[in-house]
Formats: sequence, C-alpha cells, structure tokens
Amino acid sequence: MSQVPNELRDEIPSFEEGSQHRDHGPIDWTGMTSIRGAKSALEIGTIVALAVGVFWGIEGILRWAKTPSYVFPKPTQIVSALTTDFGIRYGHHLWVTAQEFLMGVAIGSTIGLLLAAVITQKPFVEKVVAPYIIILVTTPMLALVPFLRISLPKGLGGLGIWPIVFAVALASGPMVLINAATGFRRTDLAKIALARSYGASTFQIFRKIRFPLALPMIIVGYMVGSIFGLLTAVGSEMASASEEGGLGHQLIYFASLIQVPQFWATIVIIAALGVSIYIVFYCVGKRWASWEA
Amino acid sequence: MTEAESTFASGGVVARRHGEHAPHAARDEVKISIRDATKVYAAKTGPVRALEGLSVDVREGELVCVLGPSGCGKTTLLWALGGLHELTRGQILVDGVAVKGPRPEVMGFIFQDANLLPWRNLRQNIEFPFEIKRRPVDAVRIESLLAETGLAGFETAYPRELSGGMQQRASIVRALAQDPAVLLMDEPFGQLDAFTRDEMNLLLLRLWSETGKTIVFVTHNISEAIFLSDRVVVMTPRPGRLARIFEIDLPRPRTIEMTFEPGFIALIQEIKRTVETGGRRTDVEVS
Repeated sequence: MSQVPNELRDEIPSFEEGSQHRDHGPIDWTGMTSIRGAKSALEIGTIVALAVGVFWGIEGILRWAKTPSYVFPKPTQIVSALTTDFGIRYGHHLWVTAQEFLMGVAIGSTIGLLLAAVITQKPFVEKVVAPYIIILVTTPMLALVPFLRISLPKGLGGLGIWPIVFAVALASGPMVLINAATGFRRTDLAKIALARSYGASTFQIFRKIRFPLALPMIIVGYMVGSIFGLLTAVGSEMASASEEGGLGHQLIYFASLIQVPQFWATIVIIAALGVSIYIVFYCVGKRWASWEA
Repeated sequence: MTEAESTFASGGVVARRHGEHAPHAARDEVKISIRDATKVYAAKTGPVRALEGLSVDVREGELVCVLGPSGCGKTTLLWALGGLHELTRGQILVDGVAVKGPRPEVMGFIFQDANLLPWRNLRQNIEFPFEIKRRPVDAVRIESLLAETGLAGFETAYPRELSGGMQQRASIVRALAQDPAVLLMDEPFGQLDAFTRDEMNLLLLRLWSETGKTIVFVTHNISEAIFLSDRVVVMTPRPGRLARIFEIDLPRPRTIEMTFEPGFIALIQEIKRTVETGGRRTDVEVS
C-alpha cells in the first residue's frame, strides 16, 4: 500500500507564499472573499441542488409540522409575499434605503479617503487624531440618529432622510479612513527611489506610487465601510425612520402587524443588498487589487 | 590616498592597461568624479559612518564594479551618485557638473530585485519613466530592446508572472529605453541563481558593448565583479572606505570559461584577502 501522503501526492513542490490564493489580494484579509469560488459544472450543480434542497426541505418540514405562518412562514409564502405588490410594499422603501446608503457612503468615504491621504503625510498629525478615529470607528452611529433629528439645521430637514445619511457617513467614513491610512503608510522606499530617479514630483509620487500601493487597502476600507453603512442605514430606520420609511422601517411595521412572511421578504431584500455590495467589491478587488498576492 | 588613480597605478596583480576597448568609447574622458565622498547617517544609536572619504574617477564608457561586503556603503555611494542622497562631505561631479539631485536625462538606475511596479504589466512598467518625464513613448526603441532581451511577447505579463531573470531584464529595458549615458546598477543580479546570473552578466556585457554606456555596478560577488569590470573598486565596511582598485585585463569579449582559469581564481583570492585585511597589505607583488 502506498505510504505517500495524500495531500502532497500530485502537488508541484513549491513553497511560494499564497500560490494557492492569488485571486483577490488584501480583500481576502477581511475574510470576505476568502471563500473558494466554484468553477466546475459539478461544483456549480451541487450548489444549485443544495439550494433547491434547502428551500424545499424547509418547506416540507414546516408543512409536515403544520407550523403557523406567524411562527415561521414557509419559503413559498415568503416568495409570494415578496412578489405581491412589490412596488408598494418594498420598492419605495428599497429606494429610500438605497439613497441613504449611497449618499452616506459617498460622503463618508470621500472625506475618509482625503483625510487618510492628508494625515499619513505627517506622523504627528496622525498620532493626535488617532483617538478620535478610534472613537468614530467603535461608536455605533445609528445611536446618533434620534439626536440628529432634533439638532440638524432646519435646511437639512430633521424629519427627512438626512439624519440617516449623516449616520451612514459617520459609520462608513472612519472605516475607509483607518484602512486607507494603513495603505498610505506603506512606503516602499525602493519604488519611491525609482520614481525620484526619473525626476518625479511629490504629486507624481503620490499618484503613481503611493496611491496604487495603497489601493488594495482602500478597497478593503470601502468594502468594510459599505457593510457598516448598510447596517447603520437599516438600523437607523428601525430606530428612528423618517416619514419616507425605508426597509428598516418596514421590518418594524410588518413585525407590529405580525405579517411575518412580509417581514421575511424584507429580510431577503436586505440580504440581497448586502450580497450585492459583496459582489461589487469582489469584482473591484479582482480588477484593481489582484496584483498583490 | 588623495587620488584613486595612484592607488591602482602602484599595485594590483593585473595593473596593465588592456588594449581592447569597446570601439565607440572615448576612454580617457573622466565621466564621473567622486571626491572625498563621505556620508554619515544620524541613527538612533548614534551617527553611522556609511561612507568615508572615497575618491574615484570613472572614465567615459567604462564599466566599474564597486565591490565589498554588506555595510560598506555601496548602495549609499550609488544613491549619492544618482542624486537620491546628499553627501555629508565631499562631492560628485558628472560631466564636470556637481550632482545636486536626480539627473534623469544623464543617469539611469537599475535596482535590486528589479523593482518593477507590481500593479503594472511589463509594457506599462517600461513606459513608467516616460510618464514621469511627460515624454512621448519611444515605441521603436522599446520594441528593439524587448527583442534583444528576449522579452518580446511578454508585454502584457505582470511582474509576478515573470521569472526573476525576466523581471531584471525588464528593469534593464526600462532604464535603457531612456538612453541615459550612465547606468547605476545596485546588486541587480544578487537574488538570481548562479546560472541566471551568468546569463544576465553576458547580456549586460553585450548591451554595454553595443551602447557604450558608462556603468557603475555595485555587487558583493567577487567573481561577478571581475568578470564584468574594467576596474574593481574594493571597499571595506564600517566605515565604507576604499581598500584598493584592481585593473582587470581580461580580454573582451569575455566568456564564462575565463572564470575557471587559474589567473581568474587567483584574482578572486587576492580580492578576498584585500577585503579581509581592509586593503592594508603592502606586500603585494607588482606584476
């Protein structure tokens, strides 16, 4: 009988770091994309079969146990709740949440990115502002929404979506900042020497060396910041929605009416939003950060 | 020791000037003049004297190797030559003009480990200096250099997809595409295996004889230094001082077989002794 260790049998001897996982660079550090992607027909077929099995398996168990839908709705009920009156029940609210999320992340991440680029130039400044960044990162910003409703200037509308946009910006911005700062702090002296030897200006060094070097970490920051942003948007709506509503508001609304299939349909939509964010950054990371093993 | 010239003129196992030069080179024009180059770094543990009173002249079209163990200020010297460092004392003249900063139109660097930008493919890496200088890309020149270095067809490959030797060839193309008169090479082949290193040395000599560049080549490999050089500047560490300058009279074009000859091996031993004794030996026979 062969004594050859199984896991080494047909491997090409190589001790190169990360030779197995060269796909998405530091996005993997977040653990967000470190899941192996399915490639072969067998793998994809199994995934689809498992999903179908889970769906109908749960359906079968709930039917057999005669569980009432207000305790746990059957998957088919959730699907029909999702497809009935989508526009009225969810469409508008999805749009409201998407607006809060997109505007909040856009504002927060832009400020976070610019601040990261500026403060990393001066270690002194970085040390002085570090405590505030930690506070911003660790404080759940959705707690601020009721306060913002009272205190925001009239022009920004205490009753509209702006308090939630602010909270999303405050939640996502520091995440982008802290990760981007890590990226900008990576100084590769040899690469800077290379650019300088060709007479590069400080701005050219930033644009052509420091920024590309930091880009993988910036993408990580955007991914983590976006997920925090979605969390904050939905949470804020649950805690203190405007009259516009939003998906978080709908969760509270359906729960209070014990419309459990609709409640679960809303969860499905929020999950789909989360997965969309994941897919977007998976693709961005693959395109722009795959050079880093 | 006031003049580098006097150091080699007075000794060395092979102090005879050799006759065969690259035909294009105006050999006796001084291209680079290093005068009392001294560099002191302010480290936390106190000042570090990386380079101490080094004076050497490099003639136009000459290939000079700076040889020594790590910590003898070789890279410091090269960075000062390229205007990336300021000297604490002394000065460096290139074409009679003091080096005060990078002179990209005259000097090109070739770094350790190729130093390609990993987010750019091979072509984009080679075009990088053109972008920095805001000059139109010399596609014809790049094309012929790529062909000459055997990189044609790999233009869209990323550095991590290339072998160490190919990466370093790409970095040579990147430097030569700018057509600088002087090449400053910082242990460019140090990370390569012995076979690839031989290959790269032969390629470098071929490119050098075709282009007539003045080359200052830093290495800690004695055999490589002798094989490439017209002269080998041997330095001793901490502080980095000139030990001795060896004239190498091996005929050109050079072949790998020359490195197995007794004279070559004797010279390796001689240089090794010089490094170990810090060049203080005075009993060297003049041949």
